[in-house]
Amino acid sequence: MRSIFAIILSVFTTTVSASPFPSTYQPLPSSPTLITNATILTGDGRRLDEADMYISDGKVIWVGEGAVPTEGVTTIDASGKWLTPGIIDVHSHLGVYPSPGVSAHSDGNEATAPVTAEVWAEHSVWPQDPGFSRAMAGGITTLQILPGSANLFGGRSVTLKNIPQNTYQGMKFPGAPYGLKMACGENPKRVYGGRNQAPSTRMGNVAAYRASWIRAQRYIRDWQQYEQKMAKQTSGAETDSNSALAAALIKPPKRDLELETLAGVLKGEILVHMHCYRADEMMTILDMADEFGYQLGTFHHGVEAYKIADELAKNNVCGALWADWWGFKMEAYDGIQENIAIVDRPENSCAIVHSDSEEGIQRLNQEAAKAMSKGQAAGLDIPPERAIRWITSNAAKSLGIAEQTGTLAPGKMADVVIWNQNPFSVYAKAEQVFIDGAMVFDRNDQTLQPVSDFELGQLLEAAP
Amino acid sequence: MKRQFFTLLLTLACPIAFAQDLLITGANLHTQSAAGIIENTDILIKDGHIERIAPRIPTNKMIRVIDAGGRPVTPALFAGVTVSGLSEVDAVSEAVDSSYRELYTELMHPEFDVRMVYNPHSSVIPITRIEGFGFTLLAARGGDKTLSGQGGLVRFDGGYSSFEGKPVIYIQTSGRSAGSVGGSRVAHWMLLNQVFDEAMTDEELTLITPQGATALKTATDEGIFLFNADRAADIMRVLAFAEERELSAVIHGGSEAWMVAESLAAANVAVILNPLKNLPENFESLGARLDNAAILHKANVRVIFSSGETHNARKVRQLAGNAAANGLPHSAALAAISSTPAAVFGGEPRSLSQGARADLVIWSGDPLEVTTQAEHVILSGVPDTMVSRQTLLRDRYLDEATDMPRAYTKP
Repeated sequence: MRSIFAIILSVFTTTVSASPFPSTYQPLPSSPTLITNATILTGDGRRLDEADMYISDGKVIWVGEGAVPTEGVTTIDASGKWLTPGIIDVHSHLGVYPSPGVSAHSDGNEATAPVTAEVWAEHSVWPQDPGFSRAMAGGITTLQILPGSANLFGGRSVTLKNIPQNTYQGMKFPGAPYGLKMACGENPKRVYGGRNQAPSTRMGNVAAYRASWIRAQRYIRDWQQYEQKMAKQTSGAETDSNSALAAALIKPPKRDLELETLAGVLKGEILVHMHCYRADEMMTILDMADEFGYQLGTFHHGVEAYKIADELAKNNVCGALWADWWGFKMEAYDGIQENIAIVDRPENSCAIVHSDSEEGIQRLNQEAAKAMSKGQAAGLDIPPERAIRWITSNAAKSLGIAEQTGTLAPGKMADVVIWNQNPFSVYAKAEQVFIDGAMVFDRNDQTLQPVSDFELGQLLEAAP
Repeated sequence: MKRQFFTLLLTLACPIAFAQDLLITGANLHTQSAAGIIENTDILIKDGHIERIAPRIPTNKMIRVIDAGGRPVTPALFAGVTVSGLSEVDAVSEAVDSSYRELYTELMHPEFDVRMVYNPHSSVIPITRIEGFGFTLLAARGGDKTLSGQGGLVRFDGGYSSFEGKPVIYIQTSGRSAGSVGGSRVAHWMLLNQVFDEAMTDEELTLITPQGATALKTATDEGIFLFNADRAADIMRVLAFAEERELSAVIHGGSEAWMVAESLAAANVAVILNPLKNLPENFESLGARLDNAAILHKANVRVIFSSGETHNARKVRQLAGNAAANGLPHSAALAAISSTPAAVFGGEPRSLSQGARADLVIWSGDPLEVTTQAEHVILSGVPDTMVSRQTLLRDRYLDEATDMPRAYTKP
């Protein structure tokens, strides 16, 4: 029975939900499925020829050889076809910069202050963005939606399962950690410098990051002190009315959404996704992470990452990169097409092909193919079973979901793509896409091709 | 006046070094002509032009021989509508010459000709060229008027004035661009009608300078008008305007062109499009679809591909591959990035036949495949060094680090 003192205590204590806006994702209906005779790229560097795979209850049961129940199994003959893990894009703005890209839909950058760690991308996601279904047709099963790069701290990202739902909660990847979008270089200094406001320089950028981390350290300390005091007082609260009243009178620090997110990074709960182009700036950021004791997760765009490939691997940092985009701004001037292949070269590397584009996300396999072939032409040995990691397992590692998806290991989510041919080709098409074992897309079956509310009934007179 | 200027440049700065004779053996030649694909043929190149195409051509010590080994040979490709040599870095405004803003005249300036300042030494050009590209259509971009200015074809051979073909005038008709002219696309047509009336008659000039009126008249007689239009209704408006004003029009954008394919075919108007567009990016492209090019081709509309990107113009080959993967015949996809743009804009033919300029590429495989590399790029019969700023950066960082900083590695 709860004592009166405990009730007093609960009235005065701040309640904080550990996970507001929780995932309501449920796998779609599936049946046990045996896929036979495929060329399988497992996502962990292996290639199996004319191999089988069995999925059931939404999970990978086995790849290669194993038992199959005698009844109730759907068999798909994938002779001549290729099978890969579901494709993961670690850098997307679908939903926050949706199609149509009218100004009323421009929800990706809270570009009103350089530090907006308090905003969450999920609160901007429009689930009816037709881009989600287009990405699905390209084999995308998981994607991270990031805020834009106008701000030093852009806000929290969200990782979604790519199924068509009316709410982002219904797409939210269960158990995926949050990310924090940060940005280096030209964008923040251009946006705010242009308003004659800090930061207007790269040194201004770094000063503002550091000032924020210092505030976050203080915030963590304030909460720790509060919790220590509370623990001390409440240990006697059940029996001692004075202790209970004293505990009830300890005021908690004021909750601060911005600092909660930053503190989450410093505590290792939130992964940092840092938009950064130049090699020298990336090294500054790594030093800053050391200064404040956090692990940097992934550099995004990193067109100069090839200049510091060894340092990235040594620091256990991923590089999420483009195959060939360059030159659109000064910090993108040194881009080369071998960037991904060179970043992939060191031991313990984590090279990723990302899109940052509603077009590129539809053909991440082609982007990986370009990067692979440029690496091969430069003399690096990169077979498809290695390159597929750039858009599967390495991407899963970047998002903190490698235990659940990204390879075809037994027990993982059955996120799978069947391609009509070698996916490293301009002619390759995702024929069937499975998410948690459910077939969510079939190129040859219109009933398994979702259409968003926005697209329904458009151009009726022009229908072919 | 302007033509004299270009002629002067041409005589002062002939870019082409005298070429050694060149023999390409064992080519799988995509001629882009009625001859189609000629398998396992030799190509003799003399004085920058194709001298002979035949199965076995005798050689001698004076001739450089490149063995294609059965690999595909195509014309050097079209990089799309770009601002190559006009923009070093798009976001560095002081390094961009492709558009003007807030010009004090407040008039339309069709005489704004970007070819005047084309810089063949831009690092963008070798970076694009070594991927198999030989020419582009220079664009006058955006600006703040319905008429953006003019450009034309240019070859990527390093010449200061390697221009070809007809003057191309850029016109905005979309709602997106209407913001600076009152916010309605009606304003575009209202102003266009007025400016054409002024240029073609003795009316007082209020929207245009006398030079601009001359440029507009010249373009009407011998140039091409490139209309930015995506929406089917806007495309129909362009066709009506072009017919009324007796203009040669080309559609640029054309996301919904497939909806009016028959009208485009009847008017013989070509479409420059991006075959990767399949999203309703705005209310002008609700009908965007991946088989746009295939539908247009089937209806006998000439299609040309462009991504609109300059620095990554090399992606145009991927565009063509995706069009082929979505129903466009392979040869038509190749034509859309070689012979068709040359023909539509009045350039030299890009068909590889006897007498043609020897602008060609030897590929490692299918020229539309993303994993294929351009192995040799030959412009006017001269094999390219295949070196760009990017290959040098690659080579500087590809080798393992040494005791000395990378700045001492000069590949």
